[in-house]
Amino acid sequence: MAYSDKVLDHYKNPRNVGSLAKDDPNVGTGLVGAPECGDVMKLQMKINPETEVIEDAKFKTFGCGSAIASSSLATEWIKGKTLEEALTIKNTEIVKELNLPPVKIHCSVLAEDAIKAAIADYKGKQSVSTTAGATAASATAD
Amino acid sequence: MAVKLPVYMDNHATTPVDPRVLEAMLPYFTNQFGNAASRNHSFGWQAEQGVDTAREQVAALINATPKEIIFTSGATESDNLAIKGVAEMYREQGNHIITAVTEHKAVLDTCKRLEKHGCQVTYLPVSKEGLIDLDELRATITDKTVLITIMYANNEIGVLQPIEEIGKIAKEKKVLFHTDAVQAAGKVPFDVQKMNVDLASISAHKMYGPKGVGALYVRRRNPRVQLSAIIDGGGHERGMRSGTLNVPGIVGFGAACEVAQKEMPAEMERLRGLRDRLHQGITSRLDEIYPNGSMEHRLPHNLNVSFAYVEGESLLMGINDIAVSSGSACTSASLEPSYVLKALGVGEDLAHTSIRFGLGRFNTEEEVDYVVDRLAETVSRLRELSPLYEMAKEGVDVSAMQWNTD
Repeated sequence: MAYSDKVLDHYKNPRNVGSLAKDDPNVGTGLVGAPECGDVMKLQMKINPETEVIEDAKFKTFGCGSAIASSSLATEWIKGKTLEEALTIKNTEIVKELNLPPVKIHCSVLAEDAIKAAIADYKGKQSVSTTAGATAASATAD
Repeated sequence: MAVKLPVYMDNHATTPVDPRVLEAMLPYFTNQFGNAASRNHSFGWQAEQGVDTAREQVAALINATPKEIIFTSGATESDNLAIKGVAEMYREQGNHIITAVTEHKAVLDTCKRLEKHGCQVTYLPVSKEGLIDLDELRATITDKTVLITIMYANNEIGVLQPIEEIGKIAKEKKVLFHTDAVQAAGKVPFDVQKMNVDLASISAHKMYGPKGVGALYVRRRNPRVQLSAIIDGGGHERGMRSGTLNVPGIVGFGAACEVAQKEMPAEMERLRGLRDRLHQGITSRLDEIYPNGSMEHRLPHNLNVSFAYVEGESLLMGINDIAVSSGSACTSASLEPSYVLKALGVGEDLAHTSIRFGLGRFNTEEEVDYVVDRLAETVSRLRELSPLYEMAKEGVDVSAMQWNTD
């Protein structure tokens, strides 16, 4: 099958490949897909807790060229966005940008899922640390 | 010497026509264009002569007699004719057919259709080596069994089934034995007498002949196999396959068989050398490489390996100047990887990372070295991109993890 130029470009020069420290409370990690299905995406974002702006994003993907391109594009798009803005990214926009054929739509869905999973992971960590912080604060107050 | 790109290493899918084959075919498109069934002029006689010679050449390759060769449009038709033809002709004797789960779709789908028409089909499982169990085969035969259809060489993993032993069992139990020998004929020794084969499907385009021509070997003695035709008409090919013969194609098929037979001993060794060089080259440069299927009972020119943690389609994209096939099915709506690998018990995660290499007559050592270089560099690059490889290196057992597969 033929790939669009944009898919080929992301495949050949993937943006933001790598990993962030997953234990950092300001890093959210989304791991979606399954090896049995031939697609696994790991998308990570480093968030400024004050502004909720995504300051850095990294990905690693096991999957076809379209899956790699979808996750690469996702990291490009979320960088500099607030969490709220990042949550509005729809898989259909990825399909449009990369010109994905119908059989590859699931790749874009996975990328959207990865963004949401990473944000959920970050928020989970924050609520834990906020609770922990609150406990610590109250402890100091005593 | 620079390697000419792209490199073709998908010779299980099809092969190029050998120049010697093409040369034999050409006159039959123009001057000798007659219909082989025209009995009353020289055009017809010339065409018939070409077909007769080809029939001898095809028969000689598999140690059959010319009268036992029925020309068809290809091996899919041959498989259909053998299985449906036997099922219908021997209906009074029984309705049970035995095959294996790793057969080609031309066999499996034909069997599935027959199941809708009252046949019972047993699909034998295979070991992780890809081989059927002979005791299980023996135990599966009943007094209703009319046909065993087991392929000689598998099209994905190149694994060779114990045809001679199957033939012995079939003969002893008086059950007909058909083999889809498409990938084996012309590549490794195939003797229908020695192996007690009653019906065999072969195809020209897998052995450097043209597309659109195949044959079905139908035994005439010990026992004399009878078939119901599936294509009716002018009664060509002893009534088993009507339709004007594809004379240029058949002539090419004959020439291809003759070349294959002559060159087989030396070519088998040469290809085995290239295949082993490819395999060793890959394993010396990359870790976590898993061959699929028996390396011992295997076509000398086949290699099927899984490059763990690298999805097959993305690997193919990275080596786009090399023509090979992937066991991954990321393009299909079902997302199901190869059913053959699945039958071997290869996990779906590894099945998605498999690549099939089919070496052929025109591959060179330089090409093999080029392919090894390209694979090593592409796999390494994609593993840097793979979260699974990262996790495996961190000591996480990826296959034991809980994944959301909804």
